[in-house]
Amino acid sequence: MIRAHVLVCGGTGCTSSNSQAVQKAFTENIEAFGLAEEVKLVQTGCFGLCALGPVVIIYPDGTFYSRVEPDDVKEIVEEHLLKGRVVERLVYNDTGAKEIVEDAKKNVPLSETVFYKSQNRVVLRNCGVINPEEIDEYIAMDGYAALGKVLTEMTPEEVIKVVSDSGLRGRGGGGFPTGRKWALTAPNKADQKYVVCNADEGDPGAFMDRSILEGDPHCLIEAMAICGYAIGATQGFVYVRAEYPIAVKRLQIAIDQAREYGLLGKNIFGSGFDFDLEIRLGAGAFVCGEETALMTSIEGNRGEPRPRPPYPAVKGLYNKPTVENNVETFANIPQIILRGVEWFTSMGTERSKGTKVFALGGKIKNTGLVEIPMGTTLNEIINEIGGGIPGGKKFKAAQTGGPSGGCIPASLIDTEVDYDNLVSIGCMMGSGGLIVMDEDTCMVDMAKFFLEFTVEESCGKCTPCRVGTRRLLEILDKITKGKGTLEDIDKLEELCHYIKQNSLCGLGQTAPNPVLSTLNFFRDEYIAHVVDKKCPAGVCKDLLSFSIDKDKCIGCGKCAKNCPVDAITKTDYIAPGHKLASYTIDTAKCIKCGACLAGCKFGAISKK
Amino acid sequence: MKSLAELQAIRDRMKDKVILREGANQVRVVVGMATCGIAAGARPVLNAFVEAISAEGLTDKVTVSQTGCIGICQYEPVVEIYEPGKEKTTYVKMTAEKVAAVVEKHLKGGNVVTEFTVSNME
Repeated sequence: MIRAHVLVCGGTGCTSSNSQAVQKAFTENIEAFGLAEEVKLVQTGCFGLCALGPVVIIYPDGTFYSRVEPDDVKEIVEEHLLKGRVVERLVYNDTGAKEIVEDAKKNVPLSETVFYKSQNRVVLRNCGVINPEEIDEYIAMDGYAALGKVLTEMTPEEVIKVVSDSGLRGRGGGGFPTGRKWALTAPNKADQKYVVCNADEGDPGAFMDRSILEGDPHCLIEAMAICGYAIGATQGFVYVRAEYPIAVKRLQIAIDQAREYGLLGKNIFGSGFDFDLEIRLGAGAFVCGEETALMTSIEGNRGEPRPRPPYPAVKGLYNKPTVENNVETFANIPQIILRGVEWFTSMGTERSKGTKVFALGGKIKNTGLVEIPMGTTLNEIINEIGGGIPGGKKFKAAQTGGPSGGCIPASLIDTEVDYDNLVSIGCMMGSGGLIVMDEDTCMVDMAKFFLEFTVEESCGKCTPCRVGTRRLLEILDKITKGKGTLEDIDKLEELCHYIKQNSLCGLGQTAPNPVLSTLNFFRDEYIAHVVDKKCPAGVCKDLLSFSIDKDKCIGCGKCAKNCPVDAITKTDYIAPGHKLASYTIDTAKCIKCGACLAGCKFGAISKK
Repeated sequence: MKSLAELQAIRDRMKDKVILREGANQVRVVVGMATCGIAAGARPVLNAFVEAISAEGLTDKVTVSQTGCIGICQYEPVVEIYEPGKEKTTYVKMTAEKVAAVVEKHLKGGNVVTEFTVSNME
């Protein structure tokens, strides 16, 4: 009889920090201590705290162990599972070790820890709870009950009405009302219609969709079948990038299991409704996340966008009426059907209902995955759930929406995050990447980084995007090299607007956003680069110079030893109170690598 | 899958198996599993509780977990039962046979089995 469950995270984050070896060690030790009949080992999807991986949770106590090494496992099995003593040194703490260990003893649920307390896990409810490779565990969590309800009790019109009334909006970034999308597709007559799931998650730093696919793949299958029923489609495709191998593998296992149970295929629940699903792998081009390019790619052609109209609701995949939604959007559907419109609309703000999943990254303590109700302030996300900025640095800005989005500066940290608030400050929700930047980030350099990305990823079909983004990048490059002029900033702005207005698809239309929003909030930094030839954050190498304070230098010579280009030499000046002669940097030779600065223990080296 | 009843059957069969992961319940049965407890036979007692609670359909109300030594080693195996709003009950010198009575009378019936409690020993 099983009395305890050991949940080991098998998401990509924890897998890369070696959770497979931890799992293996658990199997061996549970066996060795004769606990195989009493303790069940479960591989789950992402718990969200990727920075602290590999993560292990032991139930029924709900003890949360972080950064578990294979060598720690024997102790956990012997102490916790056999003797019932929490291994305190491994217990996750976010408020100071003592408090949380006490909590673990008092059986305060994990949901009360600072990281989870303000979260509301709707989409991620099964991630880190069930084994994604076991359809029965999903069913135990009310899985496929929504599909059953829809097929036996509801008409397609009723389903669309529920989705419309819930106010659910597309979680891929655009925020188009999902119910309206379905309602526009349903009445169109055709011999075949399609449901497509956009799992081509391409924003740098975003991994919400991957985590859902890895942690709860059946949820997506169920939602797509519900959509198929609502719009009259019998075939679905999930377009997922090939560089998500764990997600692809688990989704395929889930599809096979659903077929075996008859939850995909012919005559589901005896209702006469047929639906099947296939995976299509993308090669990882960013543009394929754009809906028309994605469909072109599924059709077997080069992933290029096509002009709209006609919209996919009329002529989508293979020129048939098609609904395309993002993974997270679909993941909301079964819950909305089961728990009702009122429950869903009780979360969020006036025009943005429900929750949003964010992938926290950059300069933040709790790198990972969080799900919060719409309307939560950026401050709460970053400083409470995210644990703040490491190293006591100051928060400077957060980038949402990746290369298509914009930045939110520190002055607007109390902004309530929802679709409309973000748009009103020149930003966008995006798919959920949230990159946190501290005072050491140069905003011009950051805009340049995203432009490099879009230049690489532009498909080249239309000129404004193909040529325009490259010209933008060239101007940014010039500015970061200290060769820019004030006219360049004006030119930059003008070109941004031109590209936005004239590009064919979303990629080009949004590519200038990182430039525009940094110009809006951090124009003084651009001016500092151009007029003063300085990079205030100390990032742009061409604008930096390193120097040694000859009176602080004790003459140890470490910097000279570290310097890869021999730019540092001894002088004949001995500072008062010191025994050895100080050193100096030949700025002509210096390549500004910073090795001297990093090595100096006496604070004698500065960069300006 | 031809009917909702089939789905329901799978859900019912599996519910017991995943309910552990919803965290601790209101009522907790805590078995002392330090070296002294294990030596005195706490493992069979723990397993007997898990099995009896499942057999009686109490898994959604009662959680079985372990703790270390509470200092009365001569009375091991020791089992403590915590219920909200009630005094903690401490059962001592437990055996698998006594477990059946505790589950039946205490956890199901709500009456402490005083003959097994520590106060009875003193």
